[in-house]
Amino acid sequence: MSAYRRRLRVGATGLTVAALLLTATACGGTTRENSGNESGGGSQASGAANPDAPIKEGLKIAFLPKQVNNPYFTVSDNGGKTAVTEIKGEFKEVGPSEASASSQVSYINTLSQQGMDVIVTSANDPNAICGALNQAKAAGAKIVTFDSDTKPECRQIFVNQVTAEGIAENQVKLISEQIGGEGEIAILSATANATNQNAWIALMKEELKKPEYSKLKLVTVAYGNDDDQKSFQETQGLLQSYPNLKGIISPTTVGVAAAARYLSGSQYKGKVKLTGLGTPNQMREYVKDGTVDAFALWNPADLGYLAAYAGAALASGQITGAEGDKFKAGKLGEFTVGKDGGVVLGPPTVFDKNNIDQFQF
Amino acid sequence: MAHDSLYAAPPVGAEAEPPGAGGERGAGRLAGLRGALGSWDAAVVAALVVATLLASATVQNFATGRNVQFLLLDLVPLALLALPMTLIVITGEIDLSVASTVGLCSTLMGQMWLSSGLSLELICVLVVLLGAVLGAVNGVFVTGFGLPSLAVTIGTLALYRGLSFVVLGDQAVADFPGDWTAAAVRSIPGTSIPVAVVPVLLLALVFGVVLHATPAGRALYAMGNNDQAATFAGVSVARTKFWLFVASGAVCGLVGVFWTLRYASARGDNATGLELTVVTAVLLGGVSIFGGRGGLIGVVAGVLLLGVLRNALQLADVDANALTIVTGALLIASVVLPNAVADVRGRLHRRRQRATPVAR
Amino acid sequence: MSVTAGAPERVDGHPPTGPDPRRRGLAERLLAVRELSLLLALAALVLVTTLRNERFLSGQSVKDLLLGCAILVILAVGQTLVIVTRNVDLSVGSILGLVAFATGSLFLAAPGTPWPVALLLGVALGALCGVVNGGLIAVAKVPALVITLGTLYAFRGVDYYWASGRQINAADMPRSFLRLGNQTVLGVPVLFLVALVVVAVVGYYLRAYRSGRELYAIGSEPAAARLSGIPVGRRVFAVFVANGALAGLAGVLYAARFGTLDAAAGTGLELQVVAAAVVGGVAIFGGSGSAYGAALGAVLLTTIGSSLAVLRIDPFWQQAVVGALILAAIGLDRLLAVRMAARLRGRSAHGA
Repeated sequence: MSAYRRRLRVGATGLTVAALLLTATACGGTTRENSGNESGGGSQASGAANPDAPIKEGLKIAFLPKQVNNPYFTVSDNGGKTAVTEIKGEFKEVGPSEASASSQVSYINTLSQQGMDVIVTSANDPNAICGALNQAKAAGAKIVTFDSDTKPECRQIFVNQVTAEGIAENQVKLISEQIGGEGEIAILSATANATNQNAWIALMKEELKKPEYSKLKLVTVAYGNDDDQKSFQETQGLLQSYPNLKGIISPTTVGVAAAARYLSGSQYKGKVKLTGLGTPNQMREYVKDGTVDAFALWNPADLGYLAAYAGAALASGQITGAEGDKFKAGKLGEFTVGKDGGVVLGPPTVFDKNNIDQFQF
Repeated sequence: MAHDSLYAAPPVGAEAEPPGAGGERGAGRLAGLRGALGSWDAAVVAALVVATLLASATVQNFATGRNVQFLLLDLVPLALLALPMTLIVITGEIDLSVASTVGLCSTLMGQMWLSSGLSLELICVLVVLLGAVLGAVNGVFVTGFGLPSLAVTIGTLALYRGLSFVVLGDQAVADFPGDWTAAAVRSIPGTSIPVAVVPVLLLALVFGVVLHATPAGRALYAMGNNDQAATFAGVSVARTKFWLFVASGAVCGLVGVFWTLRYASARGDNATGLELTVVTAVLLGGVSIFGGRGGLIGVVAGVLLLGVLRNALQLADVDANALTIVTGALLIASVVLPNAVADVRGRLHRRRQRATPVAR
Repeated sequence: MSVTAGAPERVDGHPPTGPDPRRRGLAERLLAVRELSLLLALAALVLVTTLRNERFLSGQSVKDLLLGCAILVILAVGQTLVIVTRNVDLSVGSILGLVAFATGSLFLAAPGTPWPVALLLGVALGALCGVVNGGLIAVAKVPALVITLGTLYAFRGVDYYWASGRQINAADMPRSFLRLGNQTVLGVPVLFLVALVVVAVVGYYLRAYRSGRELYAIGSEPAAARLSGIPVGRRVFAVFVANGALAGLAGVLYAARFGTLDAAAGTGLELQVVAAAVVGGVAIFGGSGSAYGAALGAVLLTTIGSSLAVLRIDPFWQQAVVGALILAAIGLDRLLAVRMAARLRGRSAHGA
């Protein structure tokens, strides 16, 4: 093409680009400051609660965990299944194979398409699924989150296993006892966006400011993405990068199991202490061989059980998610809804070599 | 990847020809393939219709307005990415970095929103331009340095995905204004068709017209069949391929904007793995991986078919893993079948030739 | 994009009679340069990291490094076989995951199985997957990229289906098997020794056996290879089966190393494997490269991962670095190929 035409073309392209940019700038412009971030969700606690309303039969309750091939969620979802069978409902479990935020969205859409009465979910990301949840709510489903919350506007009830403060206190206390009250510690977390992890870590940092933990120093937070191999390698990396590391807290069942496995096969076994939130079955071997002194958890089956009952109570009109609502959750007894629609299961259990054989999950 | 591949020998009437008969072979193949083109497109459209009818009849809640809305909304990124990918594959190249480009554009959008104070309108335009730049990098490596597009785009796949994690780390930016995120999923009032489908249709129209009705489009087919012959015919191969990669990058930027607003979060792992689905859709739509054949209608039908299958299976509570197997099987079938069909056809043709006596 | 790397140029219509001794010297010299430069890069990286943190060269750390790279080395060597013939196998990650889970399931079902049996069964399963790949590619004459993309999906789907969300815990596996994952012989991990043996065997095969050399011919110029009587279809089929078997071996070793297995094991590995091979000098357009180079590439990539952690560089840079390395490596390969072709042309033009 001739030089003239080429210049013409380049000029035309440049002009178009410039015009686009100018229009975009001129067009007013939603900037972060003046956008007044509302989320566009509906209010949740509406209508009056009727605590004496019976639980409806045939409720369709679906569990959507963070990921399906995670034994923690398998146990919790089975707990939910027990509950749903008790109330003669229909149980379903679906979920992505990896803990990713956007994949949960398509499952939520499908569930609301299928006319579910209750969707019980543990969120990978507090914001990403809100849009889909709001649409599901508009279609009539009740939303209960458990284990890991979303923004409060997107759900009616959040079933928390322990209060976040309770977990933070427990974990810091455990590691402090195990390393003798002083030294460097690190945290091996799950995915960097997980609501529950971030809440606990923030509170742990607060807890560490207390005078009795003044000799403990938190050097870093590593992320294992709830992936076994990655957690394994992150533990390796932590020990290489921080030669004075005395303890690791891993408040995720995948992370603590992987870290324990690494430690027990390495020269650091027994020298670097590990604690966290783990399942007795996965941790039994490492408690017995001395890699781990003590760790904590709650019963995930109870968590799922409670979440299912909460959802059924919502769908039957017994509660609306407002503070002070009460409902009965089968064999677990009566629960009261707290602030922001939160329901707490109970205090954590500490497992060590004295009691670990009593538990099978 | 074009015709220097190991199996460039066309199965139709493949007697041993001396090397250098590339021109004739190309023309013969083109004619035969154009016949095949029509029938493959028709087959995919037919499969789509059958699948839709079956799904509506057997799967509960499939044929509802809301489901169609979700289906189409889920398909928008895939459809957008498949359009430039079709053109690229027709010229015998491939672009495996599309999903990572989407991810990087998404995180850049998030980062700009978070810290630059620019208006969202401007950010969207900038992101599309940035996507074009990222595509240009691919283009430079492929056309400027003459490297194989498979290897280059595998490299940029890793590079861009890595960079998207560097930009935002593991964090997510999620405080986009509510009316923007709602607009991304809104439907055209009165129907169940998402508004986002409109730009897809427009782009599909543009790409379709360029591919099927302009000399530039015919040049693409020529390039896919034989680079050198096309150069002798006056086509500027390098420049065209470069601009195709740029276009692919720009569309990736657009998808990045849509994805971020639709899911209301900019994260480093957005759109991970999407490139495989795009390639599957394109190949399913009848575009040959060797280049030189295929059409946009087939690809659009392929995209819809994939979407309908996945949506229907998910609604019918079929395991997500079965979906993965189905996608893989479809991909394999879409490449094995044409060869098998052409092989059979060739054999029948030869048998017919032997049967009819030739006057000497 | 019609570049033929490393193929002898036809001069005046005379077919090349045999390997030109000077050209072979040049080619081998260039090859040695590549591997040498990889070794240098590795040494430099280790030096820099050790200066920053001397724990990097401690016993535990070196052991971790050798253990960590063993699986990638095996996969990269297998991938070399495939890439040399101008194909690619993207399904190795899925094969590894499938075999790893199968091994775990085997031990769950029959805890007394001796681990050599499990090893053989794993390799056999991997080879079976390789047969599927090779069959579709060689017999149905379809490009490897597409087929292995499809089998990546298909095998992974089968894996997930089989696992149905379960996870096999290390506690369920026999100790003798898991010990393999950590055991050392004279301080060198067993897994790494296995990898070394694989590298040696494949490297020797590619160099010294005729069928090994034929693979290079197939990758350089498939039409010429076919015309000169090389059974291309059979060789390519065999190569995919071998790669599958090696991926199966890697899967069994993965099960021994990590112990806890779920259906997602090995996801995304294929990218690292191709990167390792490409960085190691195996040309993506076929026809050149060595197993040793690929092994070095795998070691380099694994070391980079560890170094980044020790150097306290944001680990998020790791994938970007891998991507940049791939681009640099293929650019370098192309540069070398162009210069070699120019040199050959220059030589033959002067009637040398």
